[in-house]
Amino acid sequence: MNHQVVADFSNDTWWIWVIKAVAIIVFLLLNVLIAIWAERRILGRMQIRPGPNVHGPLGLFQSLADAMKLLLKEDMTVKAADKFVYVLAPLITVFASLLVFAVIPFGPEVSMFGVVTPLQLTDTPVAVLYVLAVTSFGVYGIMLGGWASGSTYPLLGSVRGTAQVISYELAMGLSLVSVFVVSGSMSTSAIVAAQAPFWWCLALLPAFLVYVVSMVGETNRLPFDLPEAEGELVAGHMTEYSSMKFAWFFLAEYINMFNVSAVATTLFLGGWRAPWPISAIGDGMFNEGWWPFLWFFLKMWSLMFFFFWVRGTLLRFRYDQFMNIGWKILIPTALVWLVAVIGVQSVRQFAEVDLRQMLIWIGIPLAVLLLALVFWPEKKKPEPVAAGPVVFDPMADGFPVPPLPGQQLPPAPRRRTVSAGSVVAGATAGPETKETGDE
Amino acid sequence: MDTAVGTGAEAVIFWVIGPLMVIAALALLFARKPVHAAVGLIFVMIGMAFLYTTLEAPFLGVAQVVVYTGAIMILFVFVLMLVGVDAADSVAETIAGQRAIAVLLAVGLAAVLIGVVVTATLPTAVGLTDANAGTNPVGVAHEIFGKTVFALELVGVLLVIAALGAITLTHKEALSPARNQQAAVRLRQRAYARGEGSQVLTPLPAPGVYATHNAADVPALDPQGNPIDVSVPRVLRIRGQELAPSAVDGHVAEIAQGAYLQPRPTSFGELAGETQDPPTQSTASGPAADDPTASGPTAHETTRNTAEETQS
Repeated sequence: MNHQVVADFSNDTWWIWVIKAVAIIVFLLLNVLIAIWAERRILGRMQIRPGPNVHGPLGLFQSLADAMKLLLKEDMTVKAADKFVYVLAPLITVFASLLVFAVIPFGPEVSMFGVVTPLQLTDTPVAVLYVLAVTSFGVYGIMLGGWASGSTYPLLGSVRGTAQVISYELAMGLSLVSVFVVSGSMSTSAIVAAQAPFWWCLALLPAFLVYVVSMVGETNRLPFDLPEAEGELVAGHMTEYSSMKFAWFFLAEYINMFNVSAVATTLFLGGWRAPWPISAIGDGMFNEGWWPFLWFFLKMWSLMFFFFWVRGTLLRFRYDQFMNIGWKILIPTALVWLVAVIGVQSVRQFAEVDLRQMLIWIGIPLAVLLLALVFWPEKKKPEPVAAGPVVFDPMADGFPVPPLPGQQLPPAPRRRTVSAGSVVAGATAGPETKETGDE
Repeated sequence: MDTAVGTGAEAVIFWVIGPLMVIAALALLFARKPVHAAVGLIFVMIGMAFLYTTLEAPFLGVAQVVVYTGAIMILFVFVLMLVGVDAADSVAETIAGQRAIAVLLAVGLAAVLIGVVVTATLPTAVGLTDANAGTNPVGVAHEIFGKTVFALELVGVLLVIAALGAITLTHKEALSPARNQQAAVRLRQRAYARGEGSQVLTPLPAPGVYATHNAADVPALDPQGNPIDVSVPRVLRIRGQELAPSAVDGHVAEIAQGAYLQPRPTSFGELAGETQDPPTQSTASGPAADDPTASGPTAHETTRNTAEETQS
């Protein structure tokens, strides 16, 4: 297997590095501006309202105006804050969020001003571990920011945020390990190369699903946005921040969404490779040159759309439910799946077995087991014991209660049907019109 | 690539990061707040990761950040930050003769370590090119899971034992089933029916919102303009920090005194009284509706009384 970095950076000069680095920053910032606009438009569409549509064509300049507003707002530092850490925290967050794209491959080798170079800033044999390291460093921004604000809500928000990111990072890391095992490398370019015949999102579907759930948890987005649950914690760790310091947090949150989407694209969705019917056209001409950038971009943005869709659909989880999902579902699933993948892979490595044959021999018993489980006669539920006539007590326990399932409401006393004659009589009789039908 | 130590860019990175790491390490020693010390330590760790990576050991560099900075230090800071912003280290000795024992143990440890280092026989270095022949992580993997696999598994067993020990020490038998939300509601309603506990089953009203005051300590007003005491958090009420609305806003005080509900003495006294009297009250109060001048304050008093009954 190829453990080496596949991309060849030997032709790169210093100005190629500068161009790539600046291009990545510009790409991220522009994408964030568009993402904020797109999120608001898409959510608006889902909620049957227009969303921002005033400034610029289709309201595209709305997020630009918002960014300018944030820049020019008064920059407040709260009195109880620990000044140094208070300023440091947003910087850490945004710094860590900008680092991830350094190892993301946007495409294969292209010619850039006469230099043939991969469309990727750099790659190392531990590139994906580097992504994990950078993300775990970014947690300090949330953590220190909430602590340094010297206020209760931010502290609670940062405690929640840290616990959340640590828990979900475990599941995320475990799901990534199965990709390393089947790709035989931790370098992003080698993982993309390994997906040439088959995308890992199909071959490693459970790992992909675990990754998708944990990436939403990792970025603190709905339905997992507990650190900044506005109904409970005002804005979590960002409560005491204003102006540009808040903007750093905000920017980092959106860049982090792009980060996890790009990592999912690279590790599970074939990276920059064209999707199947297109990749077969013209002897793979769409996998050459600048075309792959388009596929990468589309894949990343479809994951971003998934983020917006989830936000528009699901409600926020309760904190204990959220932690249960992480520790009792995602991590065990990822562990079991990882052991299964390692088992298959080691048998292949040491016994020279045909993969297809082995998968068939594993798959048939699994399918039989699954069918048996589906058609297994269900244990009959005990019939509800009929405890005599169920009497509905409207004042059970001393306060008014609604009828429980199976209990019938007694017939309600109805007002006597009013006929034309009685209306005339009632009008003359005055207060006696209010008689009810139980006389 | 030239792998000789201390050439070109590598030396530049070392001489930039090295002094900064020394400063951060000193901050770790001399910082008064524990969180500042932790930030210093994090900086030292990140700096070390940079140096490892420049020394062609990328796996070690990344593992340093993932394991130490991303997991272990996070747990430390987690505990530290719950202590509070202004907490500083206490320098009081809690154990008698603590310093003397510490110095003694430090000398002992130093002696052992120096002895080990001096007497150790290192194998001849194979050189970076050979060590990283099949990329750095693969080389490290062969080293860890080849030669030292037994030691690694011993460490794994040790960690499992530690985790089990922690679980055993903190485990506590549940004497009664955990009370869930439904059971809690049921108990509260039973208490309500018996006339005990809180006699308000709905969520309590929020405190008043006033333009000129941070309003957690002033009660909200009901539609008649009477203060609702339960809207102020219980802790503030028990401490006696509850303010009257009149202490905050003169206009609110006027409302609270019923100024806008009572008929004003005008030349069209009776007519004004009738228009200002809420229609629901005039129909509900029956005989009093004949005398509009009297019904205003009466209705006002009744609502106030019921409000007080609800709160008690």
